[in-house]
Formats: sequence, C-alpha cells, structure tokens
Amino acid sequence: MNDASSAVLLGVARPAKPSGFSNALVFGWRAALKFRYVPEQMFDLVMTPIMFTLLFTFVFGGALAGSPAQYLQVFIPGILVQTVSFNAVYSGMGLSADLSKGLFDRFRSLPIWPLSPFAGLMVGDVLRHLIAGAIILSIGLALGYRPGAGLFGVVAAFLMLLAMGFGMGWIFIVLGLLIRTPMTVMTAGFAFLFPLVFASNIMVDPATMPDWLRAFVNVNPVTLMTTAVRGLMNGGATSADVLMALIAPALLTAVMAPLTLWLYLRR
Amino acid sequence: MSDQLAIAARGLIKRFGEVSAVDGIDLDVPRGMIFAILGPNGAGKTTLMRMLATLSRPDGGSATVMGHDVISAPASVRAAIAMTGQFASLDEDLTGRDNLVLLARLWGFRGHGAKKRADDLLAAFELTDAATRQVKDYSGGMRRRLDIAASLVVTPGVLFLDEPTTGLDPSARQSVWKMIRGLANAGVTILLTTQYLEEADQLAARIAVIDRGKKIAEGTSRELKAQVGSGFLHVHIADQGRIDDAATVLEQHLGHSVRRSAEGGALAVVAGSSAAAAKAVAALTAQGIEVSDFALGSPSLDEVFFSLTGRERAEEEQKQ
Repeated sequence: MNDASSAVLLGVARPAKPSGFSNALVFGWRAALKFRYVPEQMFDLVMTPIMFTLLFTFVFGGALAGSPAQYLQVFIPGILVQTVSFNAVYSGMGLSADLSKGLFDRFRSLPIWPLSPFAGLMVGDVLRHLIAGAIILSIGLALGYRPGAGLFGVVAAFLMLLAMGFGMGWIFIVLGLLIRTPMTVMTAGFAFLFPLVFASNIMVDPATMPDWLRAFVNVNPVTLMTTAVRGLMNGGATSADVLMALIAPALLTAVMAPLTLWLYLRR
Repeated sequence: MSDQLAIAARGLIKRFGEVSAVDGIDLDVPRGMIFAILGPNGAGKTTLMRMLATLSRPDGGSATVMGHDVISAPASVRAAIAMTGQFASLDEDLTGRDNLVLLARLWGFRGHGAKKRADDLLAAFELTDAATRQVKDYSGGMRRRLDIAASLVVTPGVLFLDEPTTGLDPSARQSVWKMIRGLANAGVTILLTTQYLEEADQLAARIAVIDRGKKIAEGTSRELKAQVGSGFLHVHIADQGRIDDAATVLEQHLGHSVRRSAEGGALAVVAGSSAAAAKAVAALTAQGIEVSDFALGSPSLDEVFFSLTGRERAEEEQKQ
C-alpha cells in the first residue's frame, strides 16, 4: 500500500449507520450469492425431493393408496412438509462452518444489529424452501396431482411451509452455534428429524400403527403441519387445523430466538 | 487522561474454567501508536485482544477503547474499531469483491457507493486482478491482504491485528509490514499481537511482553533490551562437544544463566561490563575451549524474552 492509495483509503467519509433491517437484507443478499457461487448445493436441494417423490409414488403408492394417482393426492403435500423439514439443516451447517472459520468474529465486531446475520440465514432458507417446493409441485402436477383448493390454497400452503421452515430453522441455528463441525450438525439434525418426519402422517395413514405410536403421531407437530397443508391444498382445511399447525413454529421462535442471541453474544 | 489514550485497560481478567487465560493485565496505548503484544502461543494475547474488541466479556477489570467502555458501551466500541483475526475472517465461497461489498453495505454504503468502496480497497491492496475470483482460490498472502482491507472499509480509530503475518512467506510478510506502517503514518492506532520478536522490533513503538496471562514487561524495544542488561556476550564455540563445559565456565564467571541457540554452537549471556566479558572469554581459552567468534552487544528480543521468563520460546511452543 503506497502513500497515495492510503490517502484514498483513509480519507473516506463514514456513511450514516444503517438500520437493523438493512443489515438483515445485506445478509440475505449474501445467502442469495451462495446459490450462484456454490451450485452444488442446488443439486442436493433438488435431487432428494425428486427421488422421494418418484420412489414413493410409483413403488409404494399403489400398495398404500390403491394407485399411484390416488397416492399423489395425499403424498405431494406431505413430501413438501418433509422437504422443508430436511432443508432446515442447511443454515445450521452454514452457520457452523462460518463460526469455525472465524467469519462471525468479524460480524460480531461490527456495529450492526446482532440478529441480522441470522436473518440472512433465514432468507437463504426461504429461498431454498421456495425452490424445492416449486420443483416438487411441478413434478406433482406433471404426474397428475391436482390441488383441489386451487392457486389460493397452494399459496396458503406455501406460506404455512415457510412458517414451519422458519420455526425449524431456529433449532438448527442453535445446533450450529453449539457444534463446531458442519457434518456433526447434519448428523445431529437428522437424528432428531427422522423420527419426527417418519412417525407422522406424511407417507401413510396412521390408522394401522400401534396405539402408543399413534398417540405420538397425532400430536407430532409434523403431523399437524401436514394435515393443515394437505387441507389447504386439497380443500377442507379448518382454521383449527391451521392454528394447531402454527403452534410449534411460534413456540420454537419464541424460545429459540432469544436462546440464539444469548449463545451468540456470550462467547 | 483516557481521552489521549486509544486503549486503557485495568486489571483485565478472563478465565476459562480453572485457567486464567488473562490474569490482571493493564494496558495503556496512546493514540496513533503501533503497539505490539508479544508472547508465545497460549500466553493470552488473542484472549486479551478479543476482550478489547468486545468479542469476549472480561471476568474482571475494565477497559476503554477510544474512550468507550468495552462492557457498558460495546456498540460504541465496535463503531470505532476494526479487527482482523488470526484466521482469515472472509467468506471463502464469495469473490474478494463481494466480501468487501458485503462489509461496505453493513457499514452503510449503498449500491454504487459500496461497489466503489470495494474497488478502491481492492486497488489499494493490489487485488484488482483477483477481484472476481472466489476467496478459496486466493494464496495466503492475498487472503491476508483482503482480510486487512476488510478492516478498512471505514477508517477505524483502532485496528486490532491478531498475528498478522503468521504463516506468510517473507515477501508477503514484508508487504503486510509496509501496509501496517502506512496505516500508522495515516494516524490509525494499531494493536497487534505477534510471537515474532523481529516483528515487534520492526514495527512497534512500544511492546508489552505477555506470558501465562500476565504482562511481564513493557517498554520500547530499546528499553526492554536495557532492562535485561546492555552488555550481552555472544560466544561461538568451535568444538560442539565442549559446549556444556563452555556454558558452565561462563555461568561461573558471569553469574547469569546461559542461553543456547537453537542450532547449538552459540551461547549468549549477560556480561554486565566489557571487562567481565573479556575475563570470561579468557577463562574459556584457559580451559582449552576454542572460541571461534565472540561479540559484546545488545541482546536480541529472543534473549530478552529468555531473560524475562527464564524459559526458551521454542520449548514453550513444543508443549502446545
């Protein structure tokens, strides 16, 4: 650095301090850039739901619902819930990687709204959920799925999915803050997610399950969400369904957001 | 008084479980100075710096940075500082330019202004050619330059640099040193940590020597050397086999412990006066130990550290 350039460097006027909302948008922009620079993550994001949709519809669909076509009607809303649940892992992994590299030390030493980096992670999550959701819905429509409640129902269902992704995202952000290796975040996350997702009404009707399991399945937040999303897309959702489905995301946010801030600032 | 000081710390303490990583350190850093914290790995340098940069909350003591209290007014401290950590705090997936645009936007530059600021910084740090490459493809020296550029998006009152040249090759190190001097000339206060005595000697107006969480000495490079004793006798022994005998003779005659060079063959000891030094060298010859070279002069900072702690830096680092 020569003296001439140091004059340019150091003579700059400080801009006005931006708002917390503006900080959050900047982190959201960072999340969006990652899609451009790390196209591999798009592959993970897209392949798993495509495989699950095709496998379940054509391999199990006939046995479970009489025919693949009939199964699609119940399975498409369910696979959307499953995909959003699994996708919530990514922001925790990204956070863990950022922390282990020291990147968050720089963010923490800046005069910005402390929660704004997490808001950025959430923006990344929303993008992921929307992309994966759109792909699954397109495949479903191509295979013959017909949402009985029309466009309005689909939009409402996607909003529900985003609410669930937002709630679940906090779990993985907390895991990301506690665990220093991204792979362990993923393993710990799936250990928690698998029972929740499979012991639900996503893939099958719980009627044939043993009583003790059905008791769990009936109160599983994933079941409640699936019931609401199915009702919204296919028609027949009650406002009670929607409210019950939103309890878990609201509780998670109320508990985990302050916990996140505390974990982040105490270090 | 604290208005004149960029950093004023009193009795700072940070514990990790039973261990006091920083154990009651006072620090006064005047504005515009390059101040070095020198110490081996694990001495508490990074922990001290993280407390001053509001990244870690002190368990005891107090500190102000640019007049703002690190505990009660961390946001004001953050607005006045920038920190470049030991490990490049950059987003490896993004390009160099995007990393700087990101930070410029966080500081409040908008749209075109943020891009302009990023490009000015890239030009000043000779990174324009690499601007659109992902940081994961950068060399160590380029990362370090970008990392320091990232700390200068707005001009900080105090710039914290944690081991700015660790892991760099000699030419990259020279370019970082030049950069640091340039910033100091422009009025930025710089607090840097280093385990390289040469780095502290080359850059810093004042040096605090830290060992096991405590400050064991502070002063200019010259003062530290004087504190240890001005007359330092350096002796090279021709026959490696007699090096132990030579050390014993020197210790007997001069009454100070002898420091051996890492390569062997060279001994250094506080001599006090030139007459005492001459006598000691004569005693070696009288014992039949052949001296291939000897000199009386100021101690190196390595020798200063040895005299202050009674331990070799090298031993300390192997234990880590």
